[in-house]
Amino acid sequence: MHLILFIVFAGLCLAGAINLLLQTHPINSALSLVVVMSSLAVLYLMLGAEFLAAAQIIVYAGAIMVLFTFVVMLLNAGREERTLGSRAAKALGLPAVAVVLSVIATVILKAQGLEPVALSDNITSTTDLSKVLFHELLLPFEVTSVLILIAILGAVALARPAGDEHGRRTGVEK
Amino acid sequence: MIPLSWYLLLSAALFSLGVIGFLIKRNLITVFMSIELMLNGVNLSFVTFAHQWHMVKGQIFVFFVMVVAAAEAAVGLAIIIAIFRTRSTLAVDRIDLMKL
Repeated sequence: MHLILFIVFAGLCLAGAINLLLQTHPINSALSLVVVMSSLAVLYLMLGAEFLAAAQIIVYAGAIMVLFTFVVMLLNAGREERTLGSRAAKALGLPAVAVVLSVIATVILKAQGLEPVALSDNITSTTDLSKVLFHELLLPFEVTSVLILIAILGAVALARPAGDEHGRRTGVEK
Repeated sequence: MIPLSWYLLLSAALFSLGVIGFLIKRNLITVFMSIELMLNGVNLSFVTFAHQWHMVKGQIFVFFVMVVAAAEAAVGLAIIIAIFRTRSTLAVDRIDLMKL
């Protein structure tokens, strides 16, 4: 059962990631990224991370990907073209990435002491997670909210048109 | 029962596919999506090791990565909109000046 679930969702995950690279239109890439993120949520569930599986669906597959598709549609992005730069990147980059992947795979396969995973052991409930998050790691959690606030302000400031009245006025004032 | 290293191999494969996408894609938005793919690959290995060592902190780290990724997506896409407004292109080869 566990093996079948792993093979199905790991396969979906890899297929989505490869499809992201093969598609030339950004909207197709965005939709295959949604597939990758949803199947990763199932893998998190199989590793006993309930809260993260829900957060993965809501935050990644929901919020972030909606933002991506929204921007793709807003900018009316067309198909990408093949250029000299992409051919050079393919010729040099693919062997380099293959080397990095094989090094990582060798390290992983040689690692000792990795236990096999059973389907229902070591499930982390949201209670356990929040006990650590809101006691030991309360300060980082609160700092994150400041980070989010700054990100919102930065996004609004950056996305505002350059010819905007307010932008001009604050830019000229010294 | 499946070995834990399979999850780690999957996460390494996802990370490598993200790096390949970052290198070969020529659309700014798709390059940005490849970065998200790399973040997801790393998140999977965080969750795998949290399962292996029975530690909750690994999962909390993934939670923070998600929060930072959300903030990064908001700011990054705003930058992409600003670039598109001045250059009216999304091809990374034609965006070669830091100046707007």
